[in-house]
Amino acid sequence: MYKYKVGARRVRRCEKGVMRRARRIFGAMAATLLIAGCNRHQSALAPFGAEAEQVRHLTLVLVVGSVVILVALAGLWVAAVRAPEGRLSHKGGMRLVLVLGALVPTLVLFALLLYALPMMRPRPVSRADLRITVTGEQFWWRVAYQPAGTPPVTAANEVRIPVGRTVAFQLKASDVIHSFWIPGLAGKMDMIPGRTNELVVRADVPGRYRGACTEFCGLSHARMALDVVAMEPAAFDRWLALQRRPAAPAPARGQALFAENGCAGCHTVRGTGALGTIGPDLTHFGSRLRVAAGTLPMETEAIARFIRKPDDAKPGARMPAFPHLPPDDARQIATYLQGLQ
Amino acid sequence: MKRGLRDRVRALRVTLWTLIIPPTLWAAHFLFSYLWAAVRCAKLGSFADSPAAFAIGTVLALVLIALAGILAHIQSRIPGDPPPHESGTDVDRVRFLAKATLLLSGLSFAGVVFTAMPVLFLQDCR
Repeated sequence: MYKYKVGARRVRRCEKGVMRRARRIFGAMAATLLIAGCNRHQSALAPFGAEAEQVRHLTLVLVVGSVVILVALAGLWVAAVRAPEGRLSHKGGMRLVLVLGALVPTLVLFALLLYALPMMRPRPVSRADLRITVTGEQFWWRVAYQPAGTPPVTAANEVRIPVGRTVAFQLKASDVIHSFWIPGLAGKMDMIPGRTNELVVRADVPGRYRGACTEFCGLSHARMALDVVAMEPAAFDRWLALQRRPAAPAPARGQALFAENGCAGCHTVRGTGALGTIGPDLTHFGSRLRVAAGTLPMETEAIARFIRKPDDAKPGARMPAFPHLPPDDARQIATYLQGLQ
Repeated sequence: MKRGLRDRVRALRVTLWTLIIPPTLWAAHFLFSYLWAAVRCAKLGSFADSPAAFAIGTVLALVLIALAGILAHIQSRIPGDPPPHESGTDVDRVRFLAKATLLLSGLSFAGVVFTAMPVLFLQDCR
């Protein structure tokens, strides 16, 4: 008897512990959901483009509709359990199943199809619209702006678009399948080697946003992000004109180190002798928001560390490591690159 | 006259083959829609600039499925016990198959409509 009482107390204590832990876990999950709601720069629920606005609207309609159906169904379950036996005839039951199990869902799905299909029509695009070719590489983005009637402007790891204008992204991949997703702008689209997929968008709200690769593409897939800047059209035109110009670096020791260490074999810096095309174009590197495809801050130390040991920040990156490079030399190169405005 | 037609329909042999007519029409329409769109997109770059053939095919499929459904409905009302039609008698067998055909006709009808809507709405190979 005594032993039994102690056992019961222990069980109660254990149950309380489990309940407390469950409350904490569910609390943390709810808090995570709420915190996710604060994200304004990479969220399909915080759209800055016309296509993403449609997606958000469709999501809200589906969620509200699902809740209404769930509540109605729960009400029916309660009514069915509480109803006295024989309340519903066999024929009435069969009719209920036919109407609520077949006819109503068919009509609801048909209505949703009619509502959603017009949203799936791609935005019309003309020859005069800006085209931006984005090519997915392991683990960065090659970007080429192609305004109508002018030669392309090459950049990397950052996309700038004018608000209020239609922009057609031509999406490609050079090695494996990637996926291009700027949640606040539009739905995602795969980048498949050997194919060109087109995603037509229109940004409506200026600001800084973020996109990401959403198809597993290798070790650093999770570190393949993309800074997105939506700009007023006039500011965008000025920015693009500046990007078109070659680099004008101030004479620095970093430039000589850049050449001596063979960086030019893979990277282009227009206006200098660097013409490599294997890695990202660095012509206006210093004007970008972040380094290594949205992974590191635009800071001298971070750039220097990345030059010496790229694998530390991006495992599997194809850029060779330069561990033998004295840290001060790496900093000199980083300073030179930051000066490429 | 009406009664004669109903009797003739009820006298038709109902087999598993008649049961699969509606879903087969649905499958044929589905394949036709997707192959037509795929071939036209690959060869011409547009698939719904002349949707008349597609509309005729869709209406034909819907009419045939509806017809199969009406025949099945008439056959399912052959006098007998209420459902479930689970006795090993000829009447129960006919009524079971007819009821199943009727339900499949409804499903196939909705399936054909749902397949046709994207073709009519999207009209773009992107």
